[in-house]
Amino acid sequence: MSTNHQTHTLTDILIPTPLRAYTGGQAVVAVEGATVGQALDHLTARFPVLRKHLFGDDGNLRAFVNIYLNDEDIRYLQRDETPLGAEDRLSIVPSIAGGGADVRAFAC
Amino acid sequence: MHTLPDVLDAVRAHARATYPEECCGFLLGRAEAGGHHVVAARRVENRRAENRERRYRITPQDYRAADADARARGLDIVGFYHSHPDHPARPSATDLAEASFPGYTYVIVSVEGGEPAALTAWSLAPDRSRFDAEPIDLLPATLPTP
Repeated sequence: MSTNHQTHTLTDILIPTPLRAYTGGQAVVAVEGATVGQALDHLTARFPVLRKHLFGDDGNLRAFVNIYLNDEDIRYLQRDETPLGAEDRLSIVPSIAGGGADVRAFAC
Repeated sequence: MHTLPDVLDAVRAHARATYPEECCGFLLGRAEAGGHHVVAARRVENRRAENRERRYRITPQDYRAADADARARGLDIVGFYHSHPDHPARPSATDLAEASFPGYTYVIVSVEGGEPAALTAWSLAPDRSRFDAEPIDLLPATLPTP
């Protein structure tokens, strides 16, 4: 473990079912980091395949990927800079969307 | 996926009830080496504000609520279902563009004139380039009585 972090807060991250294939089957992974961004970096350093599933080519979280700190979406907190406390819990939560007929079919 | 006739009938009933709008919901069960075992379908409200005839959305809040309930029952969210009113039961370009993580099972039921028709299952390819058809293995509705 790195000793460079200012804190050694360990935060549980809840992993959605399909991504457990890349965490050795673990539904909850304890990660190190003082902020949400550090925790996600630590998670993807331990399980590198997760990175392409969570982040797009532009390095940002994919549009359907939401990170919750306890009951709050980090987009409404301080995003990657959101500080983590001792009792905090992170969740990776997908948005699900789609639908039948394509819009362009209606535009013809 | 492996599932029970009752689960697919519940999906069809939901699709009929929301026609001409799309329905959506969760597939609950267990991820196993031989494929997902789906033991229940859980309805959720289509949160699209408009165009619900051809679009659906499940919010992260609804996902978290369903996930908590599933885990309390010893189950996981292993996939989702939605309906295609008067449209074939195959993934659209929108379904692909807005797809979630690979590894879920996506069930689609077409509804023709209000009546459920074809029901299919799909998996998103690991590189997100396409959906592949996923076989549906129907388990016996009930165990034989002794």
